[in-house]
Amino acid sequence: MKHKTFLQFFLPTATAMFLFIALPIVSVVTQSLYAPHRQVIVEVENCTPFACTKSTTIDQAATQALREAQPLGRFVGLDIYLDRSHLAAEEIARLFSQSAGPGDFMRRLLNLPFYRALAFTLTYMAVVTPLSILLGFFVALGVNAIPRLLRGPAIFVSLLPMIVTPLIGALILFWMVDSRGIIGTAMIWLTENPNLSLKASSVLTWIMLIVYGIWSTAPFAFVIYYAGLQTVPQDTLESAMIDGASRWSRIRYVVLPHLLPLTVFMALIKIMDNFRVFEPIVSFNAGAHAQSLSYFIYADLSGETRLLSSAAATSVLTILGVLVLLSPVLVRTWRQFGKA
Amino acid sequence: MGVRAQKLPPVLSLVFGALLLLWLLVATFPFAWTLWGSFKVEGDFFSKADWTHALTGPLTLAEYGSAFTGTGYEGAWIKEAFWRATLNSFVVTVAVVVISLTFGTLGGYALSRSTYRYAFWLLLAALVFRAMPPITLVSGYLLPFYRWNLWGHLPTAIFVLVAINQPFTLWMLTAFFKNIPRDLDESARMDGCTPFQAFRHVIIPVMWPGVITTGLFSFLLAYNDFVVTAMLLSKDNQTMVPKIASFLGTTQTEGNVMFAVSSVVSVTAPLFVLVMFFQRQIVSGLTAGAVKG
Repeated sequence: MKHKTFLQFFLPTATAMFLFIALPIVSVVTQSLYAPHRQVIVEVENCTPFACTKSTTIDQAATQALREAQPLGRFVGLDIYLDRSHLAAEEIARLFSQSAGPGDFMRRLLNLPFYRALAFTLTYMAVVTPLSILLGFFVALGVNAIPRLLRGPAIFVSLLPMIVTPLIGALILFWMVDSRGIIGTAMIWLTENPNLSLKASSVLTWIMLIVYGIWSTAPFAFVIYYAGLQTVPQDTLESAMIDGASRWSRIRYVVLPHLLPLTVFMALIKIMDNFRVFEPIVSFNAGAHAQSLSYFIYADLSGETRLLSSAAATSVLTILGVLVLLSPVLVRTWRQFGKA
Repeated sequence: MGVRAQKLPPVLSLVFGALLLLWLLVATFPFAWTLWGSFKVEGDFFSKADWTHALTGPLTLAEYGSAFTGTGYEGAWIKEAFWRATLNSFVVTVAVVVISLTFGTLGGYALSRSTYRYAFWLLLAALVFRAMPPITLVSGYLLPFYRWNLWGHLPTAIFVLVAINQPFTLWMLTAFFKNIPRDLDESARMDGCTPFQAFRHVIIPVMWPGVITTGLFSFLLAYNDFVVTAMLLSKDNQTMVPKIASFLGTTQTEGNVMFAVSSVVSVTAPLFVLVMFFQRQIVSGLTAGAVKG
């Protein structure tokens, strides 16, 4: 296809992505280098017959005018990145010199909001991804073993947790684990602790979010593995049988190698998706106990005063995180491309 | 098919069967529970006294003379104007699907037919865009949108969602168009068609299976979105999902939770129908990238 024709076909999508993805990235990076203006303070001298007193007041009009004139704020360089609610450079330096051992250092590091959010995001990603893939694999084996007639309904049911709106799926679970909901009641009965509340403890909140994550992402793994099992090379399997391979060796040397590339593909997609975990935290109203990077940005943006600069700095750090996660893929494709 | 080669011993198939049954229960029960409970009053759905109240509904019976009541639905749809949110969701979803498929088919076709290196780089850039959490972009939208008075309107949210959806659409459709033989449109070009005529008369008639599958995922993205619609739409233009979130955010007045429960059921119902009719396309779309490699 000629360059000109290509451009004609590609122009609409390129424009959309340029305007609403590429430019916003530039906007985010720029915003993160500016902090909101300070209020303009003027000194007023009040004189009475006895004495003169100086007092300071906020010049509302001047502040307003300044904000209008420079909506981005004042340029502060990397200050926002280094402040306490982001990378917290000073605090970390202090922690290094003061903390008693690595355990103490970690504990105090996790008191800093950005690192706490990062820790939750990475934990969520690292736990949910393998467990949901494993669960999906077993469900796929199960569906593969039932009569063909029952498979359609089983697939239908298995797809539901993934298809349903994330915010809503999480809400439904949240209502069930409420201390007056069915799972909450069951937990209280099981633990014989009438004051048990899954919402009140950080550990239980994390577990709850992770359980939701597995529930909602296992269907994807199931579908992929199910499709993979349908395409296992039957000839190879039969020749392995004729050659006297045991059931285990057939699985080990034929089925699993066939499924391995699927697993890699799936893990990649799931890592990307789980890194952006957000909606369940809103649904579970869990911001106090567990914040992900996405939620951290959301909280900055949806407060009374929108903290645009702080949100922008977190966004840039999150995008960098995505690039780090993707880097193995990018490097691999780049190498392959270089060879070709 | 070599059924013999995959036949499981009875013990194993029993174990898998039991596991599967457990999973199916876990996957459906929450929905069934919420559907049933949405016809109760709050005191029954969240019962402090006895969990079976959510099933039998004694308080509902006492209040309305029947074990089922539609007051949650009535309150949400009429009193809280959920119908307006539904209408907004409908407009946003249809517009996003139509526009992103139009852009996506053109772009995907171009990518699949280009032999130059930049096509590869564009796809790689799309992969990076696909991996970025949408909320990181939202913080870049807010200030310009406020300045230019774009904030709060449906078209703004529609175009943002279209753009966010493009990377995925491009990947799906490029893979799909690569499976349509080049000979088809090249012979049309030989016969004197312009590139657009070749696309119009040769490719469009055969592209519908791929477009429908991709469209389903565009639909899900627009319908399920919370981040963009919650941050970029004014209260009057809210779509369904942020509207439900706002039921929870406001002060917990009596019955407000039941509005949320009934709207949750209302939002989920169309998705069930969708899966029922398009199960095959959804499965094939999910596996398209993986199984073919």
